[in-house]
Amino acid sequence: MRALLLRDLRLAMRTGGGFGLGLAFFLLLAVLVPLGVGADGTVLGRIAPGILWVGALLACLLSLDRIFALDHEDGSLDLLATSPIPLEAVVAVKALAHWLVTGLPLTLLAPGLGILLNLDPSAYGWLVASLILGTPTLSIVGAFGAALTVGLRRGGLLLSLLVLPLYVPTLIFGTEVVRRGAEGMALGTPLALLAAISLGAAALLPFAAAAALRVNLR
Amino acid sequence: MSIWEYANPKKFMQTSARALPLVVGLTVCLLLVGLVWGFFFTPDDYKQGSTVKIIYLHVPAAMMAINAWVMMLVTSLIWIVRRHHVSALAAKAAAPVGLTFTLIALVTGALWGEPMWGTWWAWDPRLTSFLILCLFYLGYIALWSAIENPDTAADLTAILCLVGSVFAVLSRYAVNFWNQGLHQGASLSLDKKENVSDVFWLPLVVCIAGFVLLFVTLVLMRTRTEIRARRLAALLARERVA
Repeated sequence: MRALLLRDLRLAMRTGGGFGLGLAFFLLLAVLVPLGVGADGTVLGRIAPGILWVGALLACLLSLDRIFALDHEDGSLDLLATSPIPLEAVVAVKALAHWLVTGLPLTLLAPGLGILLNLDPSAYGWLVASLILGTPTLSIVGAFGAALTVGLRRGGLLLSLLVLPLYVPTLIFGTEVVRRGAEGMALGTPLALLAAISLGAAALLPFAAAAALRVNLR
Repeated sequence: MSIWEYANPKKFMQTSARALPLVVGLTVCLLLVGLVWGFFFTPDDYKQGSTVKIIYLHVPAAMMAINAWVMMLVTSLIWIVRRHHVSALAAKAAAPVGLTFTLIALVTGALWGEPMWGTWWAWDPRLTSFLILCLFYLGYIALWSAIENPDTAADLTAILCLVGSVFAVLSRYAVNFWNQGLHQGASLSLDKKENVSDVFWLPLVVCIAGFVLLFVTLVLMRTRTEIRARRLAALLARERVA
């Protein structure tokens, strides 16, 4: 399992892996939004939590179809399916690898973009906290979506249609945490719910994703 | 004699062929009675005027939009556990019907909201969760149409339906948490004292019954079409081999 994790990380880091593309997209979005909305600091500060979370969502979406598609093309997914590790664990490890190369860097980059968007200083900590608790869901749900569409030739577009509605609760609770953080309100409830969704998804979705993969490899 | 006998496509086709005229007749009767009664023989509301009458389309459609998803969830579960093809095809047949009911509820709600709330759309929890439900239906239908092998498609959409149901419920509560509502609360519950007045309630119940039967009719018809299409595909494949 550790070998699989290291292999996935190495594949993502090296050229052609698309590592950094998501980050660049995230940066671009944070630059483009003020250009479109206007440079008014109060407006930007108010929409910053939403923009940053939607940006993280979309940046995550960009690399989702790579989770299984490349392995499916060159046949290594079949080998993984017949290996002694259960397929559920393969899914979990691959989602973890995806999170390490997209969710984690996004989280670390987000405060910097918060400066660009005039986010309230008191919200930076909560922005990082909410992203660190919320982005694992994005990767796991994404792995499930990728498992559903792995056999399709043009699965990318369908993948976003399937996965984005599933991101709704995470997005709502995530932005709520940051917004309340910026306004200095109590934010224990949304933070706990955000973590609950991540934990629940991490516990259950690998089974659904593995079932979908088995169907697709049949 | 168990209910699973109807999972045999032949038996299902026979029974549904006999039941269909009856169901269609009942649907037409109930909808005619309910809608005519509701539209022409109920008084105007003292505040809302005659716009209140859109309730006879809006409420039943909204109820069936949710019930259609529940029915798809049940049939998907049956497909996963017992592998009855009719069940998977019924789930496939119900999805566009459910989507249509969702759209009817959204559109009639917008038509009513414009004169009453002064806006076509508000980001109210109920409205928002219906829009999200609409997206779930779209994704489900898109997945069905994207996969060629029917068994693979049935398996994958069933898994999506199960996972989607959990997230749909989650979204419902998340959206509730996110914004306060403009939409009025439930006023048809059996266990509450404050309900909508009987003058409106009786024709509404008839309309709801009519919409339930309309859903049953449409799903039966569409399932029969799906079964026939599947048989046709099998025949064509056999011919190509021979």
